[in-house]
Amino acid sequence: MDLSYGEEYEQFRTEVRAFLKDVWPPKGDEAELSKEDGARRFRVRATEKGYLSRGIPRKYGGSEQPSDEIRANIIREEFSRAHAPMDVKGIGTAMLVPTLLEKGEEWQKEKFVEKTVHGELHWCQGYSEPGSGSDLASLKTKGELVGDEWVLNGQKIWTTNAHTADWMFCLCRTEPGASKHAGISYLLVPMDQPGIEVRPLPQMTGGADFNEVFLTDARTPADHIVGKRGEGWQVSRSTLKHERNSIGSAAQSALMFQGLVHLAKTTEYDGRPGIEDPVIRQRLARLEGTLKAHEYSGLRQLTANAKGENPGIIQTMSKLIATNIGSEVAKIALDLIGDDGMMDPLESGGMMARPGSQSSWINQYMFSLGIAVAGGTANIQRNVIAERGLGLPRDIYAERSSGK
Amino acid sequence: MNFDLTEEQQLLQNAIAQLLQNELPVTRLREIFESETGHDEALWKNLVEMGLGGLVIPEEYGGAGMELLDLALASETLSYGGAPGPFFGHSLAALAVSLAGSDAQKQRWLPQLATGDAIGSFAFAEAGSVWQPEDWVMAGGDTLTGTKLNVPYSELADVFVVGVAGGGLVLVEREASGLESHPIDGVDRARRIGALIFEATPCESMPGAAADRVRDAALVLLAADAFGAGTRLADMCVEYAKTREQFGVTIGHFQALKHQLANMAIDIEPSRALYWYAAHAFDHIQGESARSAAIAKAHITDNVMQIARDSVEAHGGIGFTWECDVQLWFKRAMFDRAFFGVPSLHRERQAQLAGW
Repeated sequence: MDLSYGEEYEQFRTEVRAFLKDVWPPKGDEAELSKEDGARRFRVRATEKGYLSRGIPRKYGGSEQPSDEIRANIIREEFSRAHAPMDVKGIGTAMLVPTLLEKGEEWQKEKFVEKTVHGELHWCQGYSEPGSGSDLASLKTKGELVGDEWVLNGQKIWTTNAHTADWMFCLCRTEPGASKHAGISYLLVPMDQPGIEVRPLPQMTGGADFNEVFLTDARTPADHIVGKRGEGWQVSRSTLKHERNSIGSAAQSALMFQGLVHLAKTTEYDGRPGIEDPVIRQRLARLEGTLKAHEYSGLRQLTANAKGENPGIIQTMSKLIATNIGSEVAKIALDLIGDDGMMDPLESGGMMARPGSQSSWINQYMFSLGIAVAGGTANIQRNVIAERGLGLPRDIYAERSSGK
Repeated sequence: MNFDLTEEQQLLQNAIAQLLQNELPVTRLREIFESETGHDEALWKNLVEMGLGGLVIPEEYGGAGMELLDLALASETLSYGGAPGPFFGHSLAALAVSLAGSDAQKQRWLPQLATGDAIGSFAFAEAGSVWQPEDWVMAGGDTLTGTKLNVPYSELADVFVVGVAGGGLVLVEREASGLESHPIDGVDRARRIGALIFEATPCESMPGAAADRVRDAALVLLAADAFGAGTRLADMCVEYAKTREQFGVTIGHFQALKHQLANMAIDIEPSRALYWYAAHAFDHIQGESARSAAIAKAHITDNVMQIARDSVEAHGGIGFTWECDVQLWFKRAMFDRAFFGVPSLHRERQAQLAGW
């Protein structure tokens, strides 16, 4: 056991720091560029150095670095310390690009990967439907090949950023006679067309980050399919062996917890700073135990990934644990802020609220529930842990519906 | 960056697990559990022959010269196997003498503790759930008078490390005059405890100031032991869910139970890294040692107690019986949670140590 990074990696860290010192924040003429242009210029340079888009081949605009969890982690640490732009975030870089790199045609990679990685193309994910949530493979949106075009009819829901996306990667049923999972194809659909209507879906916080998407004879060229007809389910499940951000979620949780401790120190609670209240102290200490276990488990996973070993059951748990921590942070914060806990989060600043302000905690109280639901509810996460982690059998109904 | 065990550490855990599998079937464990002494000389001999009597004793005194992490790993594996006996108290006494003893004390005691020919223990607790060095009341000096409670294997041990007012440590031998010991009916019959009554009992001061270090080590070992118990209980529940049938299928099909088992898993598995880290901090990151130990003890023993309760429930009616093995580790969890102070006490220490 050795928690230092060793000479080679410390040398690498020094290089990254020197690079950042030179170019971020932008100096000279570059300081005059707009925020977006400055970030774009920075990303090009950081990619040339091999710090960004590490898993992306050079011919598609990446830096094509050998997979190295520890270097990736050092880059994350140093970039976030310098508040420098990281890889473009979003469902396009997180899900579409790895899928295309593994399963896409050459022309698809050329057309989409570089622009997506550089933040010039924005994507949304057309998976969930009103009747198909946890049981995603029951989806009904129909895709029919008419001449040299796919014609799509149906409805998608919970589509984050559909209102700003250029393209949607979409699962739809193209093989009506086939069994549940074998009838699905993975299509790439342009959003700017008359057959697509996007309606915002206001959240309980009052904001609207996601949407309903109605497809009425929406069209996309016949070759905009990833994998073959009927392979869409497998394509959507494909994951590349790329650098996993195994400790990113714990770092996020730790930051939130630090904010909570700060709130407890600075907020009057029952006539004294909240941090002096014995009940608050116990709750903070208990939560910190869960947080530390989560953080150190991240180190375990980082080590296993770096060695190319399987970290085991712990990797199925990160999301549920982070969700639990986020909820508990929010509950303690709501108690600390007292009457402010009945203020409208949007009116008092909403998502634009200054981090750490009272209103951001009100938002967190509700938003932590969104996190608990997004990308598989907490109950689905428990199924995953029980089935993939503990080796328990699938639910009888799920088994039956899969025809197994 | 390598937050993982070495090959030697994995071999140590495997060797202990193998030994317990061979020498301690649950039928034998139950015999010891229900015996007069809670001690099995043959098992103890096997363990000390593997070197477990002196893992942290320096090599010059016949020990293995290993670190607290190694001792904690051994504790986890022994606990998983349900091992009864004086390992915990003995190990802490050996550590205390190694850290705080005079040269003469080390020469006298460490070699025989390392071979297991002498069994060590420690006497810290006083009436009123007083455990912490800063709270000890019994006065030190050339002799001791007073009572210490919850002393591991007080009936068996040959030498005791005793905590005295001001946070000092003294050594008392079994044959010392004015020393009486009485068994206490503890719930965990795999780790016996007793009371020591001192009446002008001669003692020897230990020169090193190590009570805080010994406390931190004790908390880490209790956390590791609880982790072993928690994983054993969780494994038993999963095994039961895969074999017990109701409504024509194994009960592991039912989501209510699956979710309970998944919650148990997320409450126990991350704790492995938590106790590793606390042990590693004890060995290598002085500044974080006390706080990490407090966090590990509070978090893991508390979580494992809940896992033990859930385990009874997951087994249904049979889980509530003496015959079901759940009770053996349930009681281990109770011991680990209460011994050296309940979780809330260590959470308050955790808060103070952070400057909250």
